[in-house]
Amino acid sequence: MNTVTDLVEWGLHGAPLPRGRAWVLRAGAVVAFLLVWSLASGLVVLGNLFNPIFLAGPWRVLGKVAELAATGQLWGHVAATLERVVVGFATGALLALALGLPAGHFPVVRNLLEPIVEILRPIPPLAMLPLFIVWVGIGETSKIAFITYATFFPMFLTTVHAVGRVDPLLLRAAASLGARRTPLFFRVVLPAALPELLTGIRLGVALSFFVIVISEFIGAEEGLGYLINDGRNFFLVDQMLGAAIVLGLLGYAGNALVVRLGRRWLRWERPPA
Amino acid sequence: MIRAAALAGALLAWALVAYGNLALEVMNPVLLPTPGEVGALAAVQIRDGSLAHHLTVSALRIVEGFGLAAAAALALGLLVAVSTPARLALEPVIEFVRPIPPLAFLPMFLVWFGLGETSKVAFIAYTTFFPMFVGTGASLLRVDVMLLRAAASLGASRRDLLRRVVLPAALPGIVVALRLGFGLAIFVIVGAEFMGADAGLGNLIMEGRVFFNPAQIVMGALLLGALGSLVNALLLMTERRVLRGRALP
Amino acid sequence: MSPAGVGGARVRIEGVHKAFALDGRSTPALVDINLEVQAGELLCLLGPSGCGKSTLLNIVAGFLPPTRGRVLVDATPITGPGPERGVVFQEYVLFPWLTVAQNVEFGPRLAGVEAARCREIAARYLDMVGLREHATKFPVQLSGGMKQRVAIARALANNPSIVLMDEPFGALDAQTREVMQEELSRIQRVEHKTIVFVTHSIREAVYLADRLVVLTSAPGRIKEMFTIKLGEARDRFAPEFTRYESEITRVVKEEVAKVRE
Repeated sequence: MNTVTDLVEWGLHGAPLPRGRAWVLRAGAVVAFLLVWSLASGLVVLGNLFNPIFLAGPWRVLGKVAELAATGQLWGHVAATLERVVVGFATGALLALALGLPAGHFPVVRNLLEPIVEILRPIPPLAMLPLFIVWVGIGETSKIAFITYATFFPMFLTTVHAVGRVDPLLLRAAASLGARRTPLFFRVVLPAALPELLTGIRLGVALSFFVIVISEFIGAEEGLGYLINDGRNFFLVDQMLGAAIVLGLLGYAGNALVVRLGRRWLRWERPPA
Repeated sequence: MIRAAALAGALLAWALVAYGNLALEVMNPVLLPTPGEVGALAAVQIRDGSLAHHLTVSALRIVEGFGLAAAAALALGLLVAVSTPARLALEPVIEFVRPIPPLAFLPMFLVWFGLGETSKVAFIAYTTFFPMFVGTGASLLRVDVMLLRAAASLGASRRDLLRRVVLPAALPGIVVALRLGFGLAIFVIVGAEFMGADAGLGNLIMEGRVFFNPAQIVMGALLLGALGSLVNALLLMTERRVLRGRALP
Repeated sequence: MSPAGVGGARVRIEGVHKAFALDGRSTPALVDINLEVQAGELLCLLGPSGCGKSTLLNIVAGFLPPTRGRVLVDATPITGPGPERGVVFQEYVLFPWLTVAQNVEFGPRLAGVEAARCREIAARYLDMVGLREHATKFPVQLSGGMKQRVAIARALANNPSIVLMDEPFGALDAQTREVMQEELSRIQRVEHKTIVFVTHSIREAVYLADRLVVLTSAPGRIKEMFTIKLGEARDRFAPEFTRYESEITRVVKEEVAKVRE
């Protein structure tokens, strides 16, 4: 706990720890986490507490992932999931931009679209999944359409908000320099809204990975979600955990990609000194 | 007022499309239930009490799971805010688990905790914990050091600083984190009830798919939407009460 | 577009009224403003805060429509913002995603001036405000004074005949402020634009203005007009300077006192 002196000098978190110690702590925590996990699964085996397949140790999970990768099975599932996410998300993002940019800019469009969005948005997207299956069937189309549907709303709303929130002084400055309609939109509104647009896109990427799993639980023959649900049917906990971790890595990579793009496009927010 | 009009407009649009389809049969009318059909189904299920049953079952799961997660998130959020070693140790573990979509763990919860209530409650608790924990920690850590300096120069002890400065300053952020967590609970309860549940709104919706009754899916979805909006409105109202006049971040 | 056009246009404000809706009631902000700004003249608008001097500038800029009356540039009534009236804002309002040079080139680019020529124009005006070596920086990397220099260069690079300045130095510290006043007066000796300059600093107004208009407290009317006959390079400590300052201070104080009552 920090003393009052620390608090008023550094704030609530107190003085920063020396770099080396911070790294030791971080690494130590990860090692401890894996150790506790291994120990727990080991104890189950030794003590015969319950059937050990219910708690696979980290090494078994890693081994399972390696095995699936070696036999080539993993890549098929990864590809299936990625394809659905990429196509579904990209369609959702395009729709959100195509409708959100005009809706943010023109009140008429906003008033037309908002009632529909207002009634659908509070419904958890998962509740609509069965409807997609009933409508489009259980194949690829329904999975992709569902991701598009689920990701559309947050991205649409952030787009509308981003465009509507552009500082009116920027618009005045541009207008007094001679910018009208089209150049005003492309040279001022769009770049000014870009930071928030990217936040919306990150949200959409996270949401695609969030919802893909469940649509792959229901009637899929391929994909990481299928792998997890298949594991459940046969009590293959190592396969379930392994697939979940791979999914986490994909989500992490997706997010990192958008962050990187953002750094490049938003260099003006924090330029190198 | 505008929102009410918008809602009415959207309902009208739905009625137009659905009844139009009924008359012209562009697609199989069973697939596109009309407001009348959905209303009739709701009336039947209200009368026989099944709707109330599904609703209470879901609500109980949400409240229990959310409550557990909120307690844990607040306690751990406070811990990481006041202790740098705790923060450095917890961060990497949390960051490792957090990017994994919680729904990917749903089957695991079913395997570990069985098909009963425990698995659903535990799953809701697990899912909602992360955003609430991260939000709580961040709001506490964001408290402006100048506020601490101002209070200390007026004679505040460490206890005073935490109780009278840090907590009230972080409160708006914490309240927003809790509201987000609750929204997430309503989001994922559906998924949890899709798989191996015998009651709850998610089960009701899944039943609609299994017995090919789109009207029941639409009813369940609308009900969830209404529930979510209602709870959200209530939370916003209490939020305004509690934070009287203070701007939300 | 003529290269580096020098000289300004005449602005005529004819019978301008402006009222805002406040709590459902129409509240007058400006009443019957008649004013003519000569070509190449620097006119200062001075008055207590809330007197509507910024509103008047926004009307001339074309950002706000007057409730009644009209504004003419030479003989043409204005209908909205336009590139012949450059604006310098108190908040700088640089485009944060563009570099310093790109900000300055913004206007000429829109007018379809070819890229090489745009770069020349930007270089010339960045030289004029002494920021050439900062051309590739982004606005977040600049101090307040530097940002306002870029904003002035951006307005001038578009070759407007009129420059409207809304408390442009209001957010700067006292030293920077005086340096900026000196630079503006130096630039004006070269460019001879028609400038309408809003300020609440009497010293600043006396230092810069050819003519100076004091507005009454809200609703704003023209209270008094002064012609400052102090020549080009002004000395803030000269007795005549101080005489203008104290005379105008007395007039402005009457209005400030009215607000208190």
